[in-house]
Amino acid sequence: MGYEISLLTIMGISIIGSLSLNLITGFCGQVSLGHVAFVGIGAYTASLLTKAGTPFFAALVAGMLLAGVFGIIVGLASLRVRHDFLAITTMGVNFVFLGVVRQQEWLGGELGVSSIPDPGFGKLGFLVVVFGGVVLVVLLSVQIRRSWMGYAFEAIAGDEDTARMLGLDVSRYKLIAFALGTALAGLAGGLYAHHVRFIYPDSFAFVESITLLAMVVVGGNGSIWGVMLASALLSVLPQWFQFIDDYKLLLYGSLLFVVMRFSPGGLAGLLQQCFPKAQNYLPQRREDEPT
Amino acid sequence: MSLLDIRGVSVHFGGVHALEEVSLNLNDGELLGLIGPNGAGKTTMLRVITGVVRASRGTVQLEGKLLNALPTHLRVRKGLGFAQQLVRPFQEMTLVENVAFAVGSEHTRHPWRSLLRVERKAALREGREWLAKVGIDGAADSLPTAVPLGFLKRLEVARALAIRPRMLLLDEPLAGLNQAEATAFADILVELNHQGQTILLIEHNLAEVRRICSRLVVLDNGRKLDEGSPEVVLTNPAVQEAYIGQGTVYADN
Repeated sequence: MGYEISLLTIMGISIIGSLSLNLITGFCGQVSLGHVAFVGIGAYTASLLTKAGTPFFAALVAGMLLAGVFGIIVGLASLRVRHDFLAITTMGVNFVFLGVVRQQEWLGGELGVSSIPDPGFGKLGFLVVVFGGVVLVVLLSVQIRRSWMGYAFEAIAGDEDTARMLGLDVSRYKLIAFALGTALAGLAGGLYAHHVRFIYPDSFAFVESITLLAMVVVGGNGSIWGVMLASALLSVLPQWFQFIDDYKLLLYGSLLFVVMRFSPGGLAGLLQQCFPKAQNYLPQRREDEPT
Repeated sequence: MSLLDIRGVSVHFGGVHALEEVSLNLNDGELLGLIGPNGAGKTTMLRVITGVVRASRGTVQLEGKLLNALPTHLRVRKGLGFAQQLVRPFQEMTLVENVAFAVGSEHTRHPWRSLLRVERKAALREGREWLAKVGIDGAADSLPTAVPLGFLKRLEVARALAIRPRMLLLDEPLAGLNQAEATAFADILVELNHQGQTILLIEHNLAEVRRICSRLVVLDNGRKLDEGSPEVVLTNPAVQEAYIGQGTVYADN
């Protein structure tokens, strides 16, 4: 039973992490290839704080805040660069993060942070906390999608110059997308650190950013339910099959290629193609036409 | 007082003088044509007005308020509406959703408030009305990839109108249309102008420009060459000379 609970906990944390990236890349169209760096910021911040005696939830919030602040700084770069240049910039963020944590003794260096305190909820209690987080992130994603903020994100993803010509403050919206997305990544990081109770730099290596991106792309860029489904699958497969974990970069990289080539809409797009009526049973992206 | 007042605007790209001391004004309710051969500086002038390009010298004022330091989106909020030469619809949105986003531009001024606002029906309803005004409401639910260029040109105008601008800037809206389509589209612009919409039209189709504009400003090599009624301006030998060699000669003369 303990194994299943652990598996579900990892699944829930992955869903929070991938939905946080979906907010930036899927909703707002800003490619981010180094998203796991913000998961790492949340993980290191929360675990160091709980080790110093800070209550678990306060440490979690602090991790989110710090990840969000760094997200805004990276978001500022997105105001200057776009598309493939932004992808390279964000990829660099991941390597900078790794470079810093590896060299800093107070962050544990190569050995990382161990003996992270148990939050004290028990395994099942922690699973409930994680799924509480999942529910909050899903509700926030749905609200963004159906609101005018989601409409603005969609416009920016479509053509930010045109959005600007219609009076939209594109810069502010992009920064908000980065702030929200990276803060939620920080939440995933804080939960992850207190689940495994030991983190080290390789927990946040580039391959983990690719894994998060694969979850978003395979699920369907911008689709909340598709990304959740892909996250659930891709997070448990390496736990079930050791070879998937061993060849993660190769397999997930190939998966990205195959999905982009044959089904750019991901699982959500595939579902829509195969079962056009199925979308009637899923939350709509926008309100229906006027009656 | 002019609605739009441009004084002594110069734009230099390195050693290239794209605009040199150009002044022009647009009166309330006017349909002004800005013409000139390729490379005359028309699009640069438009970019100066929208804030995409900053003037090296000179001022741009809308209703007496200086726009020079404002970014594009704030100029739009002050009353500029802009339809681009190369159509750029939001490809993932239907035509009516494209326009509805512009209709509800007020709702996106404050990001956090926009998160709490969900209702879109009124904006979609008004979006259909704007599409009807430019004659493409029949394709309201189509994606931009499924409609011809003429529809997308009209969509650009409908979207710009939907933010209720004090003045509308149109960059070659007739380009790429056949003569029948161009004439029909030009008639729509006249109708909008008669309804009180102030329009600054940049256009190469001189026959339509002459037919619909009340006044013309001619640019050539970054300088203002002439200004006045279409009949007078288009018979000016200097203007005709500017066009000869560009392969575009006004046929009626």
